[in-house]
Amino acid sequence: MATVLLLGATSDMAVAMARTMAAKGYDIQLAARNSDRLKPLQGDITVRYGVNCTAHEFDATAFATHHDFYYSLTPKPDIVICVFGYMSDNDAACKNWDEASKMINSNYTGAVSILNIVGEDFAERKSGTIVGISSVAGVRGRQSNYIYGSAKAGFTAYLSGLRNKMYHCGVHVVSVLPGFVDTKMTAGLNLPPLLTANTQQVADTVEKAIRKKQNIVYVKWFWKWIMTIIKNIPENVFKKKKL
Amino acid sequence: MAQKTISNWGNYPVMQSDEHCFSFDDQVQKIMEQSEYFIPRGNGRCYGDASLSKETINTLKYDNVISFDTKEGIFECQSGITLDKILEIIVPKGWFLPVTPGTKFITVGGAVGSDVHGKNHHVDGSFSNHIVEMELVLANGSIMVCSPEIHTDLFEATCGGMGLTGLITRVKFRLKKIETSYIKQKQIKAENLDEIIRLFDEYKNSTYSVAWIDCLKKGEHFGRSILILGEHATLSELPEKLKADPLKLPPKKSIPFPFNLPSWVLNSFTVKLFNFLYYGKNFKKEINNVVSYEPFFYPLDAILNWNRGYGKKGFVQYQFVLPLQAKQGLIEILHRISDKGLGSFLAVLKVFGKQESLISFPKEGYTLALDFPVRDGLFDFLDELDQVVLQYGGRLYMSKDARMKPDVLKAGYPRLEEFKRIIHQYNPKGKIRSVQSDRLELTT
Ligand SMILES: Cc1cc2nc3c(=O)[nH]c(=O)nc-3n(C[C@H](O)[C@H](O)[C@H](O)COP(=O)(O)OP(=O)(O)OC[C@H]3O[C@@H](n4cnc5c(N)ncnc54)[C@H](O)[C@@H]3O)c2cc1C
Repeated sequence: MATVLLLGATSDMAVAMARTMAAKGYDIQLAARNSDRLKPLQGDITVRYGVNCTAHEFDATAFATHHDFYYSLTPKPDIVICVFGYMSDNDAACKNWDEASKMINSNYTGAVSILNIVGEDFAERKSGTIVGISSVAGVRGRQSNYIYGSAKAGFTAYLSGLRNKMYHCGVHVVSVLPGFVDTKMTAGLNLPPLLTANTQQVADTVEKAIRKKQNIVYVKWFWKWIMTIIKNIPENVFKKKKL
Repeated sequence: MAQKTISNWGNYPVMQSDEHCFSFDDQVQKIMEQSEYFIPRGNGRCYGDASLSKETINTLKYDNVISFDTKEGIFECQSGITLDKILEIIVPKGWFLPVTPGTKFITVGGAVGSDVHGKNHHVDGSFSNHIVEMELVLANGSIMVCSPEIHTDLFEATCGGMGLTGLITRVKFRLKKIETSYIKQKQIKAENLDEIIRLFDEYKNSTYSVAWIDCLKKGEHFGRSILILGEHATLSELPEKLKADPLKLPPKKSIPFPFNLPSWVLNSFTVKLFNFLYYGKNFKKEINNVVSYEPFFYPLDAILNWNRGYGKKGFVQYQFVLPLQAKQGLIEILHRISDKGLGSFLAVLKVFGKQESLISFPKEGYTLALDFPVRDGLFDFLDELDQVVLQYGGRLYMSKDARMKPDVLKAGYPRLEEFKRIIHQYNPKGKIRSVQSDRLELTT
């Protein structure tokens, strides 16, 4: 059976994706910065679904390690899902370069670094699927989170270009824009229930997008319309809003 | 962490709480350390205020399976996994939960915290009866393993202890072997209370038994009910067409119940449903059929959020147990309820087998559960009922409770002082406490 590599596998979304793909029979490779934390999930997936599941150390911001990390994987994955990302307070990040660069590096630079390597390999093998979890925050910069948003915007653009290039080598690329998701990161926030997806819905969306070779997917359909509206607000009006 | 509006299944009471979530072992102690005080929280399926507090530690993201011995039927998991997920794993391998409540949407931590009972209590006891061992993080951050053999005081006080001894992280328990995922069901109509009580006795060897009882009917049909009995169907008992896939999981379907409705809507719905079943042309004295485990154990789970049917103010569920010889008490309580007309139309009646635990609810006798929409005068009325329950030697289920007075708890649970001593030993400064434990003076 084909193998799925999850990058950033300690996040709630990645856990749901790992289980969803394992339930479909895929073997799973879990990768995260703190691989000790992956051990319980690795056991869980093996027991629940009877597939092969391995855990690997991977730091999205340690760019220099990415090549060796990827080439140490056996077997090489057929599907790579890039879930990692990092969000913190925008105002704090404006004053603190370490915070700002951490957001940029995990949401954009790190993703580019590892997916360049994956892309090269997939192109050579002339097969495979790459999934990037980007964000609706990247559609238009807002005062409340434009550092995160701009990094995600970069990532979205990267995925779009990668899809274009990879199409010609038989490799498929999916961009996912989840919107609000009920995770540890958002626990306790009173998110609007109608607009908020749970991690299982995200995982189901991703599984379907892989199966059906979809290009750009939202989890809850109205996000697409909300973002269309937000995109079309004239800048003159937009800049005066407190968003 | 942030402020969130939370309530349990009865939507009463509602409060603001700081909710902490965790997925990894290394996070638990840190969260605890930083918390002023908290209560462990599973899926919030208890009805009242047992898992409410100024801060809550929610286990739902701590839900890994640790091991599953498919030969011996021993299952080990983290405390936040819910029973519906466990069933998906074990049923296809020929195993079932040893004990399950009337909803599959509860966590294993909650199953231990309330020491839940099912329709098989009279043969299999409560959940704690099947635990091999479990692990807790105590109020001081230390980790302790307990079982019926080691640290028995902690074990006993944790089963049914409503989360007050510590946060359960890991539970290992025994499963029940099944040949098929189907239940051989028998439904019998009882004309009145005497008949249903007689039937419970007649069918006491039946593995699963429960009755839906009409609380409002007076006169000769007082206590009319439907007794529902079940056995796990063996392979040879299945109809031919089901034999090809005997351990099939039921399809997932559920209807959301999105709005708060005035409570009479739900009541009139259940009245209609009951009458339909009771008087329906097809309903002879007895019906025998084979059904999937899902409608048999979890008929209400098909309608998600049915609790909203009781309206915005919420409801409380009143569940008590009376000793077997106190049939008169059961009659008196049912009369009072029907005279007052505040309660739901239907109640669930069951017979518990023998159990002698430190603080778990079940003990031998009749247990009755019914819903009361919150309204003026209700709590005074329930205080009166409490006195009748106590007078007949009964007690109330903490997992359903949102309003009982501390004296009622004390009078119903003879080993309460011992329980308190153990809580104070493992949770000396009341770091772990709930709205309920404060109200019941367990942690104050
Ligand atoms: C429709 C319905 C039918 C039901 N039928 C039955 C029935 O037939 N029999 C029965 O016994 N009960 C029944 N119940 C009640 C339910 O099974 C219990 O209240 C159960 O404890 C709920 O578990 P939960 O995971 O939702 O936990 P919560 O409701 O969040 O918590 C329940 C208690 O367990 C404690 N707890 C939860 N997790 C932990 C943990 N990890 N460590 C320590 N303590 C913890 C909490 O502090 C709290 O005291 C029913 C409830 C509903 C809604």
